[in-house]
Amino acid sequence: MRKILVLFAHPKFEHSKVNHALIQAITGLENIEIRDLYELYPDFNISIQAEQEALFEAEVVIWHHPIYWYSCPPLMKQWIDLVLEFGWAYGPGGIYLKGKHVVNAITTGGSQEAYQHAGLNKYSIEDFLRPFEQTARLCRMIYLSPFHVAGTHKITTSELLQKAESYKEFLVGLRDVADLSIYQNRNDLSL
Amino acid sequence: MNGFLANAILYILAAIICVPVAKKLGMGSVLGYLIAGILIGPYLFGFITNEGQGQDIMHATEFGVVMMLFLIGLELEPRNLWKMRRLVLQIGLSQVLVTAALVFGIGLLLDVQWQISLAIGLSMALSSTAIVLQSLKEKNQMNSPNGKLSFGVLLMQDIAVIPVLALLPLLIAGDPVPAANATEMHGLIDSLPGWAQTLSIFGAIGIVVLLGQFGFGPLLNWVAKSRLRELFTAAALLIVVGISFLMELVGLSPALGAFLAGVILANSPYKHALESDLEPFKGLLLGLFFMAVGSTINFSLISNNASTVISLTLGIIVLKTVILLIIGKSKNLKVTSNLTFAIGLSQVGEFSFVTYAFALQLGIFDQAISDTLMAVTALSMTITPVLLVLLDKVINPAITKTHKISEKEMDSIDERNKVILVGFGHFGSTLGRFLRANGVEATILDADPDRVDYLRKMGFKVYFGDGTRSELLHSAGARDASIIISAIDNTEYSIKLVELCKEEFPHLEVMIRAKNRYDAFELMEMGVKNIYRENLDTSIRMGEDVLKKLGFRAHTVHRLAIQFRDYDERSLKVLVNYKDNKDEFISKSRQQIEIQESLLSGELMRKFSVNDHTWDSDSIKEAEKTDKKS
Repeated sequence: MRKILVLFAHPKFEHSKVNHALIQAITGLENIEIRDLYELYPDFNISIQAEQEALFEAEVVIWHHPIYWYSCPPLMKQWIDLVLEFGWAYGPGGIYLKGKHVVNAITTGGSQEAYQHAGLNKYSIEDFLRPFEQTARLCRMIYLSPFHVAGTHKITTSELLQKAESYKEFLVGLRDVADLSIYQNRNDLSL
Repeated sequence: MNGFLANAILYILAAIICVPVAKKLGMGSVLGYLIAGILIGPYLFGFITNEGQGQDIMHATEFGVVMMLFLIGLELEPRNLWKMRRLVLQIGLSQVLVTAALVFGIGLLLDVQWQISLAIGLSMALSSTAIVLQSLKEKNQMNSPNGKLSFGVLLMQDIAVIPVLALLPLLIAGDPVPAANATEMHGLIDSLPGWAQTLSIFGAIGIVVLLGQFGFGPLLNWVAKSRLRELFTAAALLIVVGISFLMELVGLSPALGAFLAGVILANSPYKHALESDLEPFKGLLLGLFFMAVGSTINFSLISNNASTVISLTLGIIVLKTVILLIIGKSKNLKVTSNLTFAIGLSQVGEFSFVTYAFALQLGIFDQAISDTLMAVTALSMTITPVLLVLLDKVINPAITKTHKISEKEMDSIDERNKVILVGFGHFGSTLGRFLRANGVEATILDADPDRVDYLRKMGFKVYFGDGTRSELLHSAGARDASIIISAIDNTEYSIKLVELCKEEFPHLEVMIRAKNRYDAFELMEMGVKNIYRENLDTSIRMGEDVLKKLGFRAHTVHRLAIQFRDYDERSLKVLVNYKDNKDEFISKSRQQIEIQESLLSGELMRKFSVNDHTWDSDSIKEAEKTDKKS
């Protein structure tokens, strides 16, 4: 049973029905720790020590956040900037994340179709997540295909419940499945 | 010039003219008083007709020294005094003995009768408590290494006066003059046998200690309850005069007894009240005393025996300086502080006048010797302050310059701090600690001597004093600083400070703590830009935590809090324009509160719609819905 660390970043969580459902679905599960970054660091003053300790314990890291303007909310970026230190996460002696798995769990207002070459946003969600993928690679982590909840503006309650349930299954799988390579390079991101 | 009033006018006028001039020239008040005394003395303007009159005044005003030691005792807790015991015994005793022995030896070499040489040696070993302590206090050096050493030496000398006075009668073998008639220093107990004298001395000290512990507190308490300020002053005077009387009765130094009483009262809650009540008396008496010293300088004697008097004076100054330099060196004083220490103590002190008079009455000295010694002593008391000024202005800066590389540069750096922090209470100390934690050492001024003492021990560079006095700000380096902070919880005081800075230090950035909205208004009207209401941030921070405990999201609350503070500050800037018009003020203030409320409720209702569109999908959803409809 692996240890899962969910790093959750949402600046206006109280107004996000979708993320409420997602977080609720994974709360209280064994070996799954949720760190609510905007609640922990309302003034962006991230404790590097605490974050690195949490990372050290975990085997699978989830970057859970909405996509705003094709990227993560600012505190998530701040977290990457501060916590993934040279000499700790990468570079000489930066071996503490090596071999850990990492995955983006994201929500977008735009639909799955919008994130296609022919769509409104022209590029796929994987394309927009390249910086995260490369960040993981530089830290010698194994980057898994993202978990994507698309079209949150129009999502119905039953669809949302289904999504939440599959998010839970996804995390349980990451926790329990022996070989995690099945989560790499998947085509159907909605699971 | 006769009559009490005429004399009073004369002395006060001379002091008022000379002392400020001396201070302006950086010479300290002691030298100013001495010069005033010389000017009105018999040999210059001749307002005082003979030096006898000066000596009378001197004896009367020696009481200022007693008061000064009482006040010094007040600032010294018994614990700290006990810590000084080795300093007093080693340093003080070696200074007194070595100086006395050397003067005695030189006297013998010059074929002076041994009794006279010994009496001179013992007298000359003493330095002037009044001059040295007054200058140290003025320069804020009481707690510096050289200040502490000086104090230790002076304390030992004050103790030494007792055995010296006891020893003098023994010098005239066979025919001792009855001591009781000889001097007022010896009192009732001289007729008693030796053991009884010793007993009564210890008894007297015991009485002082007991009174200090158990008597004075209830007395002051009782008097304080009458709420008559002058009665309290009277009680304070009674304590000092009473102890002096008791000490004289048993032949001890009154200054020493007063010092002891001061130390015992250092822990009493009446400490500050005693200090502030006695301070003016001490100042006036000491001033008069210095003037009297100046007026007794017998210039005709000096001019008649110029070579003798001047060579004796310079000789004793050089001798004492050398001995003190060696002592200072052994205690690892820096060159500059050692020079200040040695030259500062190199004069002959006021207690010597007493021993001369005593020796004259005993017949050890004749009139000529006594006159010469008096002149030497008064002259040395005038010359050393001049030397100290030279030292401070010319020699020490030069030494510091040449030694810059070898000696630590600490002193020069922290003297020129960019930030002056006035007031080091709860508010100021937090501020100061924060600055210090980030490598910014502020020059701190505080009017609470207790706190100053404590903080100095903690290693803060704190100066005692009233931050609204321009001299103090000058000495704190206001000229070179860039920011001045008032962390005092008294806005009237801050306003004074602002006015002073506007006038004298317009280059300073002024940052002021304000109690509330109304004080902030006043400061804003004076053009102060940086105003910090002491309750604003704390109450908002508390509110933040309340909301968090109620389940609000931390980041949201954080943003709301910042916005709330901004609205509050902004509304203040609008309101200040309407402050004087009461009706309009009330309505405007209500209007501002309404604005604040509506802004804030709008925040929550409309989900940050004011500036948080990015995180809000509602409007996008709305737009998409209308898209479909059309």
